[in-house]
Amino acid sequence: MKLALAALAVSLLMVGTAPAQDLPNTIKIGVLGDMSSLYADNGGRGSVVAAQMAVDDFGGTLLGKKIEVISADHQNKPDLGASIARQWFDDQGVQMIGDLSTSSVGLAVQEVARAENKLIINSGSASSDIDGKACAPTALHWVYNTVSLANGTGAAVVRAGGDTWFFITADYAFGHALQRDTAAVVEANNGKVLGSVNVPLNTADFSSFLLQAQQSKAKIIGLANAGGDTQNSIKQAAEFGIVAGGQKMAALLAFVADIHSLGLQTAQGLQLTESFYWDQDDQTREWSKKFFAKMNKEPTMLQAGVYSSTMYYLNAVKATGTVDAATIVKELKSKPINDFLIRNGHLQDDGMLVHDMYLYEVKKPSESKGEWDLYKLIATIPGAEAYKRPQGNECPLVKS
Amino acid sequence: MPPAPVLFAQLLIGLINGSFYALLSLGLAIIFGLLNIINFTHGAQYMLGAFCAWFLLTWFGIGYWLALVIAPIVVGAVGIAIEQLLLRHIARLDHLYGLLLTFGLALIIEGVFRQGFGASGLPYTIPAALEGGRNLGFMFLPIYRGWVIVFSLAVCFATWFIIERTRLGSFLRAATENPALVQAFGVNVPRMVTLTYGAGAALAALAGVLAAPIYQVSPLMGGNIIIVVFAVVVIGGMGSILGAIISGFGLGLIEGLTKVFYPEASNTIIFVIMALVLLVKPAGLFGRAS
Amino acid sequence: MPGFARRRDTLIWTAALLAVALVAPFFLYPVFLMRALCLALFASSFNLLLGYVGLLSFGHAAFMGSASYITAYTVKSWGFPAELGLLAGVAVAAGLGLVFGWLAIRRQGIYFAMITLALAQMVAFFAQEAKFTGGEDGIQAVPRGHLFGLLPLNDTYVMYYVVLAIFLIAFALIQRTINSPFGQVIKAIRENEPRAISLGYRAERYKILAFVLSAALAGLAGATKCLVLQFASLGDVDWTTSGQVVLMTLVGGVGTPLGPVVGAFFIVTMENYLAQTGSWVTIIEGVIFVVCVLTFRCGIVGVLTPYLIRRSGPKAAAPWVGTP
Repeated sequence: MKLALAALAVSLLMVGTAPAQDLPNTIKIGVLGDMSSLYADNGGRGSVVAAQMAVDDFGGTLLGKKIEVISADHQNKPDLGASIARQWFDDQGVQMIGDLSTSSVGLAVQEVARAENKLIINSGSASSDIDGKACAPTALHWVYNTVSLANGTGAAVVRAGGDTWFFITADYAFGHALQRDTAAVVEANNGKVLGSVNVPLNTADFSSFLLQAQQSKAKIIGLANAGGDTQNSIKQAAEFGIVAGGQKMAALLAFVADIHSLGLQTAQGLQLTESFYWDQDDQTREWSKKFFAKMNKEPTMLQAGVYSSTMYYLNAVKATGTVDAATIVKELKSKPINDFLIRNGHLQDDGMLVHDMYLYEVKKPSESKGEWDLYKLIATIPGAEAYKRPQGNECPLVKS
Repeated sequence: MPPAPVLFAQLLIGLINGSFYALLSLGLAIIFGLLNIINFTHGAQYMLGAFCAWFLLTWFGIGYWLALVIAPIVVGAVGIAIEQLLLRHIARLDHLYGLLLTFGLALIIEGVFRQGFGASGLPYTIPAALEGGRNLGFMFLPIYRGWVIVFSLAVCFATWFIIERTRLGSFLRAATENPALVQAFGVNVPRMVTLTYGAGAALAALAGVLAAPIYQVSPLMGGNIIIVVFAVVVIGGMGSILGAIISGFGLGLIEGLTKVFYPEASNTIIFVIMALVLLVKPAGLFGRAS
Repeated sequence: MPGFARRRDTLIWTAALLAVALVAPFFLYPVFLMRALCLALFASSFNLLLGYVGLLSFGHAAFMGSASYITAYTVKSWGFPAELGLLAGVAVAAGLGLVFGWLAIRRQGIYFAMITLALAQMVAFFAQEAKFTGGEDGIQAVPRGHLFGLLPLNDTYVMYYVVLAIFLIAFALIQRTINSPFGQVIKAIRENEPRAISLGYRAERYKILAFVLSAALAGLAGATKCLVLQFASLGDVDWTTSGQVVLMTLVGGVGTPLGPVVGAFFIVTMENYLAQTGSWVTIIEGVIFVVCVLTFRCGIVGVLTPYLIRRSGPKAAAPWVGTP
């Protein structure tokens, strides 16, 4: 009897301390993004490649278990994204979902993650509601948010004299958040918002909206949109002589892929805020070279974010021996985060990974020495300043 | 009430959109008039025209002006193939068969291109001769967009003239009403029908080439515009050439006006008008009741 | 004797399908099954209108989508219990059906279809603009609550059987309607409307009634789907959804009871498995449309029935829509 009890105690002890017991046979990571529409170049297939790169660099196995990357296209539809996420969590044993570009999808998937207590690491959505009023204990916001964009580009443009604004806004969660956060910064710097217009997502023809912006006589036309929408707005603004007429465009969210697509002739002089530029320093260049070898394009901050978050996730699982979402989040929040993408980073209670952001300006054609030599660095914005919310944060997880 | 310059500017932009509606509904009206088929593939043929222009430029270095000629011919040939292989079998049946068949075709064409090119747009540059713009006082009008209006008006007028004022057109109109009799007079009606469908498709492709520099060349461009064009055709009268042209430009103007006063409704105003017209005058403004 | 054999075969197949439906959630992902059931109901409601009344509606998404939004909003923001939320959705859809029907019935064929499309686009516009629908973001995190205060709908299996029950009841209702005197009049009107009118039947009234019934059932499908997925979005009112339901019904077999059900399951399964492969779904759907129209013999059910159920008497391949 005593021997049996002792054996039981010892085996219980072993179960308690053996790290590999909590892991499923395959650790599945899901990359859910826009694979075919207007955001596909900023994330898309590049995100899947980045995730796989992280898995390969990690070694391909974790404590003897296989690691697998699966992906799907949410087509910018929140209901489709939520369905896929739910099926992944419920039925296909996915442990972590990454990328999640398009804020309406990101928010919808966040609700699924909250209900099922599973982990998502969002590198793609911008809306500050993700780490704001919609924050969830198992949702992390890795690369940027609309507050950081507003504090970066918005503040810089206002302080340089652009004190009257007209917004052209993508009519969904992201656009509204970006307009709201930028307007707050503009007004905090004694600027004025003269008007705005809501434009359906994935619009081809901005002519009538640009006309309204032109007629408002605002010094700055703020583009609260992204991807293909931003490209179209800028191209058509050039067509309608808007910049020649004296107004300036502020691309509040632009990725290096957008600038590459537009070309320096059209995009020169644009100021924008990003977390990452491939040619910034030796670390970024080294990683980007590996990415370029696979994709034949330089990486965007979104794709770099998928690699970075996947790598940190895998290391956290290895350290804690479990895939339980709450444990992983606690582990990630417990230490500073620093890699080729994230500098001086730490995870806040609301899930936002606060880190240094950079204000860039697009080079003139004469200044560029290569196809992807597109940006010059204007300023480094430390995390605390970039992610500061003047009105405070509505997230219930933030202890005030 | 916004100031006059704002109004005129939006109306002008509305006229540009109206040009596309007019061109596309013209092709639809012709096809419906002669073949009694509601050609849902029209949007896909429009998209094919734009892609053709893009292929010509990107793979062969052939520019816009030649594309205006080549793309309609290519797509017209595709149209002829469609008519010979598929549409022939359901000719003269209830309209809905044709609608569903062409809807299926549109899905196939759009799906194939979407698979190959994704859903976002491909760039196509404005031809050098039409770059730049003119300051008209109330707005700055890009020259290319002015060209769109002028060219569409010309094509619409030419088509109307051919159908309403020439001998060929009279054969077409006669064949619509009584194909057997026209055949008895020695006119090869089946060949005329085939060529007409090809011509309708070619018109759609022409609109596509016209659209390539200003709207994005995207597999989705057909699907986005086709139901609006349907509404235009229904409002104008399903077989009426004049109805299609006038309704197309007219609705572009109304859409432009709506963008000034209530921008969010600009996509829906056409359907409101269509519903009203259908309730009051089911054959359309210019249509003949069958 | 042949009639008896046919009925026996039908009964056997019905029992078999029922058995499969009862055990399915233990083998397949339940949410997928529930979604398929909702869409099967949606397709059945559409089939009622097309196959038996002979009216092609291009705006059925308006009924499904509006009910979905109403249920989502009443349950989430007004705290309605599940059954009242469902009822609210169905009521709104039926009301919309009355309006649509009354306006559209005056016209025939393609013009009828176009009016329904126009009205559906207006509903879609309203859904986009109204504050309570949440625009592009939709209404999310709709709580399922408890049915009649008893059944915990958050349990996936409980929810599945509730959805199955709703589907079976609605399906039975459709069959009863078709085989009732009302259904006979409807079919008579479809075959020859002037004659039906000369016999004293108010054709318009019957058509509107059938339309309202179809709309209400489509609304039930939408309301149930909203509770299953806990989500209401613009995709539900989009015109492509109206096109989807046409496709499902055609693929399965128009004018047959099981046709839309088979079609819905087929399409949902295909979309599920091909979702990763991009646009192949669209291409295959298009091919099916084309083949369907060209061969007239529409639908999986139409093709399979002669093999599965012994026929009694000759089978006429009648065109299923409009007049030839």
